[in-house]
Amino acid sequence: MRQAYHYHPANLDLSEPNKFEPAQLRPEEMLINIGPQHPSTHGVLRLEVVSDGEVVKDVIPHIGYLHRCFEKHAENLPYNQIIPFVDRMDYVASMNSEHAFVMGVEKMLGLDGQLPKRIEYIRVLVAELNRIASHLIAIGTYGMDIGAMTPFFWVMRDREHILRLLEWASGSRLLYNYIWVGGLFYDLPVGFEDRCREFIHYFRPKVNELETLLINNKIFVARTANVGVLPLNLAINAGITGPMLRASGLRYDLRRVDAYSVYPELEFDVPIGTGRRGQVGDCWDRTWVRLAEIRESMKIADQCCVQLLDQHKRTRDFDPHALLPRKIRPKAQELYVRAENPKGELGFYFRADGKSDIPLRCKARGPSFVNLAILPEITRGVLLADLVAILGSIDIVLGEVDR
Amino acid sequence: MDHEQIKIWLEEATGGTAHVVPNSHPVTYVVPVEQLPAVLTDLHKLPDFLFDQLACLTGIDNGPASNSMEVVYHLYSIPFNKALAVKVIVPRNHPEVPSVSGIWRTANWHEREAFDLLGIRFTGHPDLRRILLPADWEGHPLRKDYEEQPTYRGMSVKYDREKLYP
Repeated sequence: MRQAYHYHPANLDLSEPNKFEPAQLRPEEMLINIGPQHPSTHGVLRLEVVSDGEVVKDVIPHIGYLHRCFEKHAENLPYNQIIPFVDRMDYVASMNSEHAFVMGVEKMLGLDGQLPKRIEYIRVLVAELNRIASHLIAIGTYGMDIGAMTPFFWVMRDREHILRLLEWASGSRLLYNYIWVGGLFYDLPVGFEDRCREFIHYFRPKVNELETLLINNKIFVARTANVGVLPLNLAINAGITGPMLRASGLRYDLRRVDAYSVYPELEFDVPIGTGRRGQVGDCWDRTWVRLAEIRESMKIADQCCVQLLDQHKRTRDFDPHALLPRKIRPKAQELYVRAENPKGELGFYFRADGKSDIPLRCKARGPSFVNLAILPEITRGVLLADLVAILGSIDIVLGEVDR
Repeated sequence: MDHEQIKIWLEEATGGTAHVVPNSHPVTYVVPVEQLPAVLTDLHKLPDFLFDQLACLTGIDNGPASNSMEVVYHLYSIPFNKALAVKVIVPRNHPEVPSVSGIWRTANWHEREAFDLLGIRFTGHPDLRRILLPADWEGHPLRKDYEEQPTYRGMSVKYDREKLYP
């Protein structure tokens, strides 16, 4: 018989302790628990809220409900077998995470800069498609958080096209394992570039539609403008990266700063928040930056398709496995690599001893983890309804927060 | 600001005890643990350096054989576009490092994570609780000699296929 769990009623009370006890609070304060099973926490996040009526006095995020021991697993697996685990960190932008991880391993092996241009362009193309999908999820679910149902269905409809494209290339919809150390799982299917351009042609007016329907909607602006303002100095001190940092007014994008892969050859802008509807760095700015980045990603994807169709065509002797190392055994070294994910800077710290195919230590610095840590600071004194609006605008993925 | 300048300054600030880790990218300096807060405060504040971002904080266990643990701070300076890493090495039986969460807010959760997974204590941390694992979990999983507890509140921890599906 299967008997793995002995239920005891006291386990319910003991489940996860709060930081505050009711006795510690002032008479007008109240302890409210939000999550871990709550639609607007975007996954299994639990917020312990100390509130005075409708006003939030303090927020304590409790994370770890989705902890899958990524780092422990990574210390027991060869580098190429870690890639599927990396996929499962930020599961709505797996291609970007893979790209960062693989760049790190290639740097350790000394392979960086030697890959054929076609491989690099394919990597950037699929990563940018995935970035669009991730931002669509961010905007769609954010709209749903604050009461707009329709945009969610619209973005899911358009995201489906991207998922089908990526499924066509890699064989799976979300967790791809497509970018390999030293190459790719397979070349793009014949006709992928044309279909991709077709999608971009279809998608361009849809973004404008989304902007009219949601971003410039009067109700949306009223709910998000001047809410959850994140000043730039606080953002930098807290290590915030990605669209959140750019919304606070700093033009800082690792694709431009580090100029990795083929990004220097591509034409795109880095949108920043300007406080058009309220103050710089409010929730509206963050959402608008994501929307503007979708447009930039479309530009990049389009250029990649042109490059793949003209300069770096599919040839008979092109082999995406050509540079795959037989054995991934880097020299003894320490390396920190970072790349721009949809959520911000994804960093990997590797420690190799030079004697085994397994890293001694592989630490993932997830942007969601770092960005979420600022939540208590920018939600003190806001209304409970705004707490949900601010949390949604951070755009966290719990798979990456908990790893 | 270039790395030569940082190296000269670090050697001066630590009285000649700072040294470079071979094959490290970005360049990593080992600093004595008692001088860590002063060095990092200066790296953050001095207008020549302005390392305003703590990109990553990693705890590492080197195993019982070498009997040491490390904490690596990856710093990044946005105005100068320079990266640097600072490392401290502490004994394994008494891993205690001063907290830098007063300098960079990023360190707050990262130090909690290093405490949670490796058992490194950060003195002066405002709220050093476990972050990823439950509060009553036993042991620190990323230590090299970690062995999981047999049961957690009546649930068996070790995955035993034979026992679950006989």
